[in-house]
Amino acid sequence: MEFSHILFLGLAALAVVAAFNVILQRNPIYSAIGLIVVLCSLAALFLTLSAQFIAAMQIIVYAGAIMVLFVFVIMLLNVRAEETRIDKQKYLKWLAAPLFLALLAEVMAVVRYVDLTPQPLPSANGAAAPQDVLGTVENIANGMFTNYLIPFEAASVLILMAIVGSMLLARRERKEDVERIEKALVAQLEEEKFEEEVAA
Amino acid sequence: MSSLFNSIDFQYVIGALVKIAVFWIFIMLVVAYTVYAERRVLAVIQNRLGPNRVGWQGLLQPFADLLKFIFKEDIIPLAVNKWLYILAPIIVLIPAMMVLIVYPFGPDVPLPFGGVISQTIHDLGAKFGMNWNIDLSTVSLHVTNMNVGLLYVFAMTSLGIYGIVVGGWASNSKYSLLGGLRSSAQMISYELALSLSVIAVLIQAGTLDLTKIVERQQGWYGFKWNVFQWPMFLPCIIAFTIYLVSAIAETNRVPFDLPEAETELVAGFHTEYSSLKFALFFMAEYVNMMTVSVLATTLFLGGWNGPGVETYPWLGPVWFLAKVFFFLFLYIWLRGTLPRFRYDQLMNFGWKVLLPAALFNIVLASVIGVLFL
Repeated sequence: MEFSHILFLGLAALAVVAAFNVILQRNPIYSAIGLIVVLCSLAALFLTLSAQFIAAMQIIVYAGAIMVLFVFVIMLLNVRAEETRIDKQKYLKWLAAPLFLALLAEVMAVVRYVDLTPQPLPSANGAAAPQDVLGTVENIANGMFTNYLIPFEAASVLILMAIVGSMLLARRERKEDVERIEKALVAQLEEEKFEEEVAA
Repeated sequence: MSSLFNSIDFQYVIGALVKIAVFWIFIMLVVAYTVYAERRVLAVIQNRLGPNRVGWQGLLQPFADLLKFIFKEDIIPLAVNKWLYILAPIIVLIPAMMVLIVYPFGPDVPLPFGGVISQTIHDLGAKFGMNWNIDLSTVSLHVTNMNVGLLYVFAMTSLGIYGIVVGGWASNSKYSLLGGLRSSAQMISYELALSLSVIAVLIQAGTLDLTKIVERQQGWYGFKWNVFQWPMFLPCIIAFTIYLVSAIAETNRVPFDLPEAETELVAGFHTEYSSLKFALFFMAEYVNMMTVSVLATTLFLGGWNGPGVETYPWLGPVWFLAKVFFFLFLYIWLRGTLPRFRYDQLMNFGWKVLLPAALFNIVLASVIGVLFL
């Protein structure tokens, strides 16, 4: 029993318990908090694998940004408990079990048959990086901006498009609406002018 | 089991825990006396005396306050969501505290009686059949030097938002909810400018490791700080300004203290909290102030670098704390001087002034970095 085993078991147990909490809670805010705990314990697991950058990103992006939005929405809509349960699709419940078993079998197969020894990332000058600095910022940046530059840039363009698209959706004004409002305003102005003339 | 206690991991963990305990007690003392200093300095600014009864010049006031907090009645209002109400102060404080493991307090220093202590530990281990060989003749004044130190700080500070939102929501009171929402909106907005502003420093230092960022500012008789180094001083000074402003907003302090604006929201997200739970929120606020001050010192003002550190390493923590206390004083000074922003002014300032300035600064820093570094 090594120290890393204790750490792993503790963090893994925390992640699993919190994940069950996400599913089983009826109150969405408890589920959200459970999900945050899952994400944080996953980040800690990444740290034990010396994947420091991934761990930090996990917390900053998922726990720090995305989940904040979830919590915000839950709180602003003031969803106190799960209001309606979806009863229409009862058969889905029976589909879930075989799908879960398939997923489990897949994971087992991966663990059993795939070579999981960490492969050294190719660094900029082609030399293999030593094991313990695999997850450092420098190493990931080297990979990202040399060997995997095109996928990286493609992903960033995709995200940019998503941002622009969401802004467009949020501020789209229909032409007819604008024209209707303008007409109404012009009519109102003319009416006021007319009234002023009458008063004069 | 003996292999577990013998392993290098175990020794490392114990060493880290001891360091964390020492630093934690120290930080708690600093926090307690920052509160005291705030009251005294504000009193001077407002031409009154401030707390001066408990102990000489009121120096024992923090302990009296602590006792008061402990013995006050802990009220949990009826309509609150009990679990989340109790959980919220804990969620605020723990991430705030977790940041202290990357504080670079100083260089490697010789520990007084380090040899004797190492020998004692070795003998003690030998009694239980262990082989503990720890060299304590020099110790580093940080718990860990993470490769992603700066990102770690940002990650942890971003987790603190949950406590505030959850506390505001669980209190089931409109003032608390509004305070919590304001606070989180403000923290998210200013976090962007804050984290974008430090990129100028990262281009200069070439690392995210806080201890290495400080080490790269060594030289010039202790004055080779990032804000003085040619040619990066220009983007660094702009970054410093942006950082300072957003840091004050990030910690919800005057003039950005809208989340707890007394005149409109009673006390914001902690309106319903009393006794020790309120004290936890209060402590978290001051620990966060400490964190942003430490980051400002580390990134821009050379960390523990200063005249004489090369010859006397113990001067390192002294310089470091002097700079951190300067920032803490600045906070108090601003509180005594400036009025509060309006909410729309706050948002406009963050999104339309600070964020574009930070983005422009990144471009400037990159151009200078490519041309000169």
